[in-house]
Amino acid sequence: MPSPRYWREIPARYRLEGGRCTACGKALYPARKVCPACRGTDMEPINLSRRGTVVTSTVIRVPPDDFVSEAPYAVAIVETPEGARLMAQVADCAPEDVHIGMDVTLEFRKIRREGVSGILCYGYKAVPVEAAVPR
Amino acid sequence: MRDVAIVGAGMTQFGELWSSSLRDLFTEAALGAMRSAGVDTLDAVYVGNMSGGQFVGQEHVGPLMVDALGVAGVPSTRVESACASGGAALRMGFLDVASGQSDVVLVAGVEKMSDGADVTTVLATASDQETEVYHGITFPGLYAMIARAHMASRGSTEEDLHWVSVKNHRHGAMNPRAQFPKAVTLDEVANSSPVADPLRLLHCSPVSDGGAAVILMPLEQARRITDRPVQILGTGMATASLALADRRDPAVLDAVGQSARKAFTMAGIEPADVDLAEVHDCFAIAEICCLEAMCLTDGCSAADAARSGFSALGGRRPINTSGGLKSKGHPVGATGVAQVIEIFEQLRGEAGDRQVRDAHIGVTQNMGGTGASSVVHVFRRV
Amino acid sequence: MAGIVGYGAYIPRNRIRTETIAEQWGKDPETIKGGLLLQEKSVPGLDEDTITISVAAGRAALDRAAIDPRRVGALYIGSESHPYAVKPSGTVVIEALDIGPEVHVADFEFACKAGTEAMFVALGLVESGRVEYAMGIGADTSQGAPGDALEYSASAGGSAFIFGREDLLADVVDTASYTTDTPDFWRREGEFYPRHGGRFTGEPAYFKHVLSASHMILERTGLKAGDFRYAIFHMPNGKFPLRVGKTLGFTREQLAPGWVVPTMGNTYSGSSPTGLAAALDVSDPDDLILITSFGSGAGSDSFVLRVTDLLPERKGLAPTVASLLEGPRRYLTYGEYAKYREKIKMNL
Repeated sequence: MPSPRYWREIPARYRLEGGRCTACGKALYPARKVCPACRGTDMEPINLSRRGTVVTSTVIRVPPDDFVSEAPYAVAIVETPEGARLMAQVADCAPEDVHIGMDVTLEFRKIRREGVSGILCYGYKAVPVEAAVPR
Repeated sequence: MRDVAIVGAGMTQFGELWSSSLRDLFTEAALGAMRSAGVDTLDAVYVGNMSGGQFVGQEHVGPLMVDALGVAGVPSTRVESACASGGAALRMGFLDVASGQSDVVLVAGVEKMSDGADVTTVLATASDQETEVYHGITFPGLYAMIARAHMASRGSTEEDLHWVSVKNHRHGAMNPRAQFPKAVTLDEVANSSPVADPLRLLHCSPVSDGGAAVILMPLEQARRITDRPVQILGTGMATASLALADRRDPAVLDAVGQSARKAFTMAGIEPADVDLAEVHDCFAIAEICCLEAMCLTDGCSAADAARSGFSALGGRRPINTSGGLKSKGHPVGATGVAQVIEIFEQLRGEAGDRQVRDAHIGVTQNMGGTGASSVVHVFRRV
Repeated sequence: MAGIVGYGAYIPRNRIRTETIAEQWGKDPETIKGGLLLQEKSVPGLDEDTITISVAAGRAALDRAAIDPRRVGALYIGSESHPYAVKPSGTVVIEALDIGPEVHVADFEFACKAGTEAMFVALGLVESGRVEYAMGIGADTSQGAPGDALEYSASAGGSAFIFGREDLLADVVDTASYTTDTPDFWRREGEFYPRHGGRFTGEPAYFKHVLSASHMILERTGLKAGDFRYAIFHMPNGKFPLRVGKTLGFTREQLAPGWVVPTMGNTYSGSSPTGLAAALDVSDPDDLILITSFGSGAGSDSFVLRVTDLLPERKGLAPTVASLLEGPRRYLTYGEYAKYREKIKMNL
């Protein structure tokens, strides 16, 4: 994507920065100007926890051109403890193993590239907690 | 507001139409509609088209199309709501006639998808670029997520999906304008190649070229043109968040339900009054979710409707007698208008082998993205 | 007095076994394994690079340091596989770790020594008082040419060290650097794979610089091999660090925890730094540790560290190197490895 747009999105993509509506408490990711729940316009910044639960998922077997080498890969909607939901690829596991209710951590990864000469775009991917490192 | 009717229709074959350009598709459908209505002049044109810009590098499609039709000068606007562009165009045309502003309005839908664009990427622009597409999700992938959520929370199965495709192909086999006018078996669907778990190739509507057009007039004037006008009794539109993650429940298409309730209320009908409907089966799961949201499967679960015969030709409430998007084809902007043409012909008794008996009230439901927009129209045989 | 206030490591979860690579090229796996003392190595996913590895290692270091990231005044990443030829890796890492924008960032390059370089400069900046905390990271996802000896060892991973003046986990007792122009291993601009001088990379390069820097620091500190608990040397393969360690008088026990190359491979700028992290994971207060890196081109940085009383309570705040090496992982076929390492020509 063109770099100014990517740059604007860095707080959301790199730090999971979202917003919480001060009127109704809803957690929004990415942040918005108007709360979809109560139409409030006063937001405080929040950083989502780097973990969550799978709400639904699929395995992409016919990928877009940019993701040909990565297919098949799982993509999931993950809900974080704050109650926000986000879409993320699921990495470091067999895609078929991803299931509704699975606990995941969120890790910083390279999500895509703009061709051979464009910018590299980063963000978070989900990794199943069983596949993450034990201390 | 005046009563509005459809008095004529025209559409191209749907399929990979290598010899037809975007403007060719429009012109063929529009000329067909004008001839079928016997009209020579137009007061306004609305063109449903998802993305002339991304598919063929062409924006400013409104004036381009009327010029191609030989009537440059006529007010003409492109209407866009992703895959609901056609239905949204009909809604605009309806409001133009109902308001008294125009008397003869052409509503067309057109899409040229096979000219070499990266279709997967273009279609994905109907979903949220920043939060969904960025992560490598595809359109089938989003509907696959809906399917998985629906199966987990509402008990539908993969076999339920197969039956939708089987039924729609059985209908489409009787539609000479369909892209794939042939039946498919349950096994063929079940064994078709996986696209995004749990969706397979034969659960997914194809990439298509096509154009479809109708002529709208005020009902009193319509009776001078044809003894079988079809009245547009109700129109309803609703929206939802683009991103699936922002929906209340990924298994439920709230915008579809809302748009249906608005249209039905305006038309003064209940779901039980609907004799047949064309519903947006971009993927097999979509037909199940839409029927559920619109409450069109009384006495039977939406997931069972195809398998049980409820939604088949000859059943309680035939759904997608045209073959649906799956068998008829899905030139994105044209689909909403093609749905209208199927209901138009059914209500006039002109549907040939696909004819539903005693069809009085028909409904079309046209949806954009993963249900971020939905347009429903109710039609009545006059 | 300045030293390490936090440290952390990250190793990708994919692996490939030495025999899988050997069989691909028709070589005898046992000969290779015996000759290089390598069993397997880490492989980065298509979605991993020096930047993502640095973020993970940096996060772990911040967790152990238990400081507000905003107090980090400088961040340096040493690598020979920075994702961009021009555009720093460090700027992405600071944003991801919520460091800055009042921070000094630079990328370092010096073959496999770039990690200790970053550490050396971070330490110096803190010692001078110019910044309160500085992070030095060594991370790499370097390539080994197909069929070349380096294909068995070139792997991916990295470690991060935060330097400060208070609440140290390990004091830096002294440093020493030894540098000459020695063309033993290089990669020209635009080339995908590096090249090397074969056996020339041994005596005149690796051994000369590692021994020189190590001798320098032992002389300066007046310490002998027997005074140390652990010693870590750059690990281009399994044999070199054992040989140089023995030459310097260290025992197998002293070399063992830092000798992570048999299962990790050579993470280039992350090599000796990750060995150091592994040694810290099992160290006790008052232990002395020696680390000497080596970067082709060529040079070596040596550090002598003394572990403090604070290390035991902070170790557990982030994953240990052993848990990363022995934790959940997946073994790839050569085809998957070639795909992940982009050795396959795609038509895009």
